[in-house]
Amino acid sequence: MPEQEKAGTDKPEKLWRKLGLSNHEYEVIVEQLGREPSPVELNMYSVMWSEHCSYKHSRSSLKLFPTGGPRVVQGPGENAGVVDIGDGYAAVFKIESHNHPSAVEPYQGAATGVGGILRDIYTMGAQPIAFLNSLRFGPPDNARGRYLFAGVVAGIGGYGNCVGVPTVGGEVYFEPCYRGNPLVNAMCVGVMPLERLVLGKACGEGNLVVLAGARTGRDGIHGVTFASEELSDQSEKDRPAVQVGDPFLGKLLIDATLEAVDRKLVAGVQDLGGAGLTCALTETASRAGTGLEVDLEKVPLREEGLEPFEILTSESQERMLFIVEPQRLEELEEIFRHWELPLTVLGRVSAGKMVTVRYHGEIVAEVPAESVAGGSPEYEPESREPVYFRELAAFDPLGLPPVEDRGKTLLDLLSAPDVASKEWVWQQYDYMVRTCTLEGPGGDAAVLRLRESGKALAVAVDGNGRHAYLDPRLGGMLAVAEATRNLSCSGAEPIGITDCLNFGNPEKPEMFWQFRQAVEGMAEACRVLEVPVVGGNVSFYNEVEDEAIYPTPVVGAVGLLEKADQHCGIGFCAEGNLICLIGPHHISLGGSQLLKTIFGRVAGSPAGIDLSEEKKVQAFLRRLVAGKLIMSAHDLSDGGLGVAVAESCLKGGTGAVLDLPSSPRPDLDLFGEGPSRVLVSIRPADLEDVSKQAGEAGVRLSELGWTGGKKLEINCGGSRVVGLELEAMKKAYEEVFSWMMK
Amino acid sequence: MKFGVIVFPGSNCDLDAYHLVRDVLKEKVEYIGCDRRSLGDYDVLILPGGFTYGDYLRSGAIAARTPVMEAVAGFAERGGLVLGICNGFQVLTEAGLLPGALCRNGSLQFRCRQVYVRVDNNSLPFTNLAAAGEVLRMPVAHGDGSYYAPPELLQELDRNGQVVFRYADQDGRTNTEANPNGSIDNIAGVSNRSGNVVGLMPHPERAGEKALGSVDGLVIFKSLIGHFQSREVVVDA
Repeated sequence: MPEQEKAGTDKPEKLWRKLGLSNHEYEVIVEQLGREPSPVELNMYSVMWSEHCSYKHSRSSLKLFPTGGPRVVQGPGENAGVVDIGDGYAAVFKIESHNHPSAVEPYQGAATGVGGILRDIYTMGAQPIAFLNSLRFGPPDNARGRYLFAGVVAGIGGYGNCVGVPTVGGEVYFEPCYRGNPLVNAMCVGVMPLERLVLGKACGEGNLVVLAGARTGRDGIHGVTFASEELSDQSEKDRPAVQVGDPFLGKLLIDATLEAVDRKLVAGVQDLGGAGLTCALTETASRAGTGLEVDLEKVPLREEGLEPFEILTSESQERMLFIVEPQRLEELEEIFRHWELPLTVLGRVSAGKMVTVRYHGEIVAEVPAESVAGGSPEYEPESREPVYFRELAAFDPLGLPPVEDRGKTLLDLLSAPDVASKEWVWQQYDYMVRTCTLEGPGGDAAVLRLRESGKALAVAVDGNGRHAYLDPRLGGMLAVAEATRNLSCSGAEPIGITDCLNFGNPEKPEMFWQFRQAVEGMAEACRVLEVPVVGGNVSFYNEVEDEAIYPTPVVGAVGLLEKADQHCGIGFCAEGNLICLIGPHHISLGGSQLLKTIFGRVAGSPAGIDLSEEKKVQAFLRRLVAGKLIMSAHDLSDGGLGVAVAESCLKGGTGAVLDLPSSPRPDLDLFGEGPSRVLVSIRPADLEDVSKQAGEAGVRLSELGWTGGKKLEINCGGSRVVGLELEAMKKAYEEVFSWMMK
Repeated sequence: MKFGVIVFPGSNCDLDAYHLVRDVLKEKVEYIGCDRRSLGDYDVLILPGGFTYGDYLRSGAIAARTPVMEAVAGFAERGGLVLGICNGFQVLTEAGLLPGALCRNGSLQFRCRQVYVRVDNNSLPFTNLAAAGEVLRMPVAHGDGSYYAPPELLQELDRNGQVVFRYADQDGRTNTEANPNGSIDNIAGVSNRSGNVVGLMPHPERAGEKALGSVDGLVIFKSLIGHFQSREVVVDA
């Protein structure tokens, strides 16, 4: 990359703009440093003050999130959030985006997204136990779209399968706005004994700074800067800014690191991800309030001739930084020798708060850790409601002609790429390795048993870009509500969320308005539902040639089941059970899957949410699962009641008959969408008990029909509106991708 | 009796095999590092699944050349029982302890799903508690699982009863739909000539507890235990 090589040696005054810093930011650097930065120092500032690392446009909004709670051990600001799950154990989790790398190199972009989030989890001392992912692409109706989709899925599997951590859940949506800028959000969940928690702090003057794992090369140099710009037709040339993953080395590094943590050989751990060594050095020092002195020539290199700035900003994968007491070094070396991994002492923790970098004895950078890691300006960007917002909200979908052939419409919805079974995707992921997966992909939430305690974790990831586009504030609430509702459907109590906020350019007032609204909505939902945000990631600049993606807040949620064997799935598993709907009848076709798939429109207002009602519904569901009073529970989402009942039939291999009251718009009843609604099946003998509890909980319970047979029949006011064989629905639901991706 | 689970760099189903033997079957089990040149008093060795050495070069090729594999060869030579699962099967073919080879899946994609396999030789210590032609439900999870052997070798394997498992449908019929990887003749697992080394692509260790969806894999482990202890193995799975 000739341009970046030049960037290292140019005079600083020509350099900062090229490195993505504004004139104002340069002035702030000079002020904080008390002098002009050297070119190497400017490179360090530029990566750390990139949007990706500094959150300069989002920081003030993120403060709105509730981040505390009785279970929270570690909130945002570390490598991952840590939540107490009892018995001396903690769940550790985080979600992160790898959108831009995946847009130019889908396999490696996605693979290193998985590798990066994995490191965040074991860096804290936790054993990774599950991956999830949230993906957005353009419609797979053209070769480029299919290439990105197939490449990302293969990359996720390629890394996750090899490291032996199951990929248990996720979601995939297709919209034209993601065509040039797909979203790849990867989440990892880990578990550890609480006492093993280790933070990314460079504590203890005189302790050694040790670099372990892969050698450093030229891959991913300034990757974070690349991630903090809009994509363009020139982005292909940034392919060298994409890192290359080595999952085998990643697996060895997990095993070696966890052994070192287990034997208490390390005082601090930090992985090298975005902004590479610069980030690891300045963040660990800044968190501990210490300084560091390192000799850069000691970094093992993959090739000769790397400039100091390249060594400092390379994002070569599979590297870890350890802070080690000198007397522990020998034992640490022994572990890494066993795993045949390089381990090098770079320097030591010093008094003061400066990070001093020497190269063959000469000081090439001497910067205050806090300034580089946390000194970037915090912006309050201008916010303006976009013109489209009111225009689209004014659209009334009920003005469209009613859908007459509801059976065919249901089949069309079941075969819509957003709705159809994603088995084509998840059969490429090993979702069973570690033999803890009690519920795998294809349900509302995945459930993983915890061998240590007999409990289980439920995990889910959700987001709906269409809803957030039409009403960002509501979309933010709905994302939190749906993710936690999915946990509650499995019987688990939500204990924390991690969020990945995918938006356009925040320097554009309309884009920032979307962001701020969504964050406010999410924060409100978190407060009412009493679920803390313990970490996350913001991805701005998701735009190609001025066209932004839908604002896409994605929520990864983690829940706790007190008893692993008491969890609930989505399928109708027996004949002769009652089918009931829990929750309100407040629905809309605004922003619905029906409107998109059948009418080709994304417009109208999605149904609003009453968060206190949502909370009651979720608590009621958990009580039913714990009391073994329901046989299945499935959240109503895309495609409303029609799709949900079809999915419960297909998952359990059992048909159903629904008798709905007469209605002027059966299509609205069947395919309208609204929050806080869950379809359950109940043994007839339990109905009385369930009804009584629903009354006590103040939750609406409506009897809709019965399970049984091999058909789905839906009657409205006594007349048949849907009559479909399970086989026909199965074909529509399950064969789309294998046919489309041939 | 005592099981040994051999751990190579990149093995990742070692824990699953270990857990099943210790916690479900309640038998003794130990991990064995791949740098070991001699083995202890093990009755059965398990080569677990995973991506040994990242499956670089060819799946299982590098692991097959580690020091412990010479010890495994000696153990097999003396009649010791060796079970290779998934990547462990690949290692055994690469080490020449099992005939044939495992190639890229026909779909060119990794495949993780439940399959049915038919027991085509139930006279081995690995299968003698299974009925002839019994159909077992267990998962596969691999990218390189398409078994291949040239025609003359296939005939020989058939003649000697060395094809132990074949992918089949629920009723035991072999057909293309039942075959997850395009393996020749629907072969899912084979043995060596003397029947003391067996490898298979499906994961019996993932089908040993009701909570995981199938207990059909237990028949293989119960057969092995029964071979050493003439008692019925009662398992609370």
